[in-house]
Amino acid sequence: MPVNRTRRELTEFHTDIVLAHDEQHRWCLDCHDADQRDQLHLASGTPVSFDESYMLCGQCHGEKLRDWRAGVHGRRAGQWNGHKTYLLCAHCHNPHRPRFKTIPPMPAPARPARPGR
Amino acid sequence: MRSDSHRTTVNRREFASCAAAAAAGFLLTGCGPRRLHELPPDRLKDAIREMERRYAQQYGTAVTVSDAPPIPGVEFAYALDISRCVGCRRCVHACVEENNQSRDPEVQWIRVLEMEKGKGVDFSEADPYYAPPEVPEEGHFYVPVQCQQCRNAPCTKVCPTGATWTEPDGIVVVDYDWCIGCRYCMAACPYGARHFNWGQPSIPADRLNVKTHVLGNRPRPQGVVEKCTFCIQRTRNGRYPACVEVCPAGARKFGNLLDPDSEIRYIIEHKRVLVLKEELNTVPRFFYFYGT
Repeated sequence: MPVNRTRRELTEFHTDIVLAHDEQHRWCLDCHDADQRDQLHLASGTPVSFDESYMLCGQCHGEKLRDWRAGVHGRRAGQWNGHKTYLLCAHCHNPHRPRFKTIPPMPAPARPARPGR
Repeated sequence: MRSDSHRTTVNRREFASCAAAAAAGFLLTGCGPRRLHELPPDRLKDAIREMERRYAQQYGTAVTVSDAPPIPGVEFAYALDISRCVGCRRCVHACVEENNQSRDPEVQWIRVLEMEKGKGVDFSEADPYYAPPEVPEEGHFYVPVQCQQCRNAPCTKVCPTGATWTEPDGIVVVDYDWCIGCRYCMAACPYGARHFNWGQPSIPADRLNVKTHVLGNRPRPQGVVEKCTFCIQRTRNGRYPACVEVCPAGARKFGNLLDPDSEIRYIIEHKRVLVLKEELNTVPRFFYFYGT
């Protein structure tokens, strides 16, 4: 079956995916590769594996990529003076809907018994 | 009629006996208890073994008390991204668990202040008791405040017993055995970062963090002041503080100020950085920045 590259509403598959990520200008095949579905591709067409998806994100979010490489954007685990575990962009941000959801806060501190302190 | 020139006379014998008593007292104090950082290593080891024994008995589980020294060439610093913090208070509660703060009465070393976007960082308008169903709240931002580990710390200067001081790696610590509970340091701290154990601290035995440090999260007695130590028990072993690890937004950054390649140095060099109450010249090692 030939690949249908036209931008369209998906009715048969992936109907659960809501694209809220510059959706006026982006579509599935801008990032996912039409011929090799197990990989992504850059704007230039260069294939990129899912393990290196930060290169894809960094095409637009270059400033964030720079901070992330320096360890300033995003979470870090491990040792401050040794081995660090990096998380990829997509570990925290859903690439289809990258804005963080609001979350319930943990309990507030107890108010002091007497007012005015 | 009384003479103005009247004076009580001290004869030679009285003076000599008083002087001898004073000298003996001075010598005896020298042999007695000392501050933890003045103890010779063998006596510190004994003191620590005694603490471990006492805590094990109290909580029914093996507790380790470390005396890990500062790492040479390291000065810790912290940076918090105000533009990322969502005010979820995960840090507050991770800190309580990690550092064995009292659950009842409640002691928390981190306080997250909710502020209005239009008003900027204004402490008189800040609300620490916010409790909406979801955060971040529209039109608000959040400024978590904990010990700023000042280089010019007002708290250590006012302590009458020398029970609090700055370690060579920049952590301001408290010797719980020397703290007399006068709370001068709490009055001196402009950040409200020091907390007093008004009641007997209570930690459920199964929630006790058994990896402790003698100047950090070992269980405290009633009547002493405690504070954030940058998780001294973790950071002196190369780990990140508990609040850094738990932050879901990645807003908290920690590292060595003396290492030019550290995250902290990158932030100071590339981001818009501020410190709280700069005008008080406390020179904090805790920076706030805007990541965006």
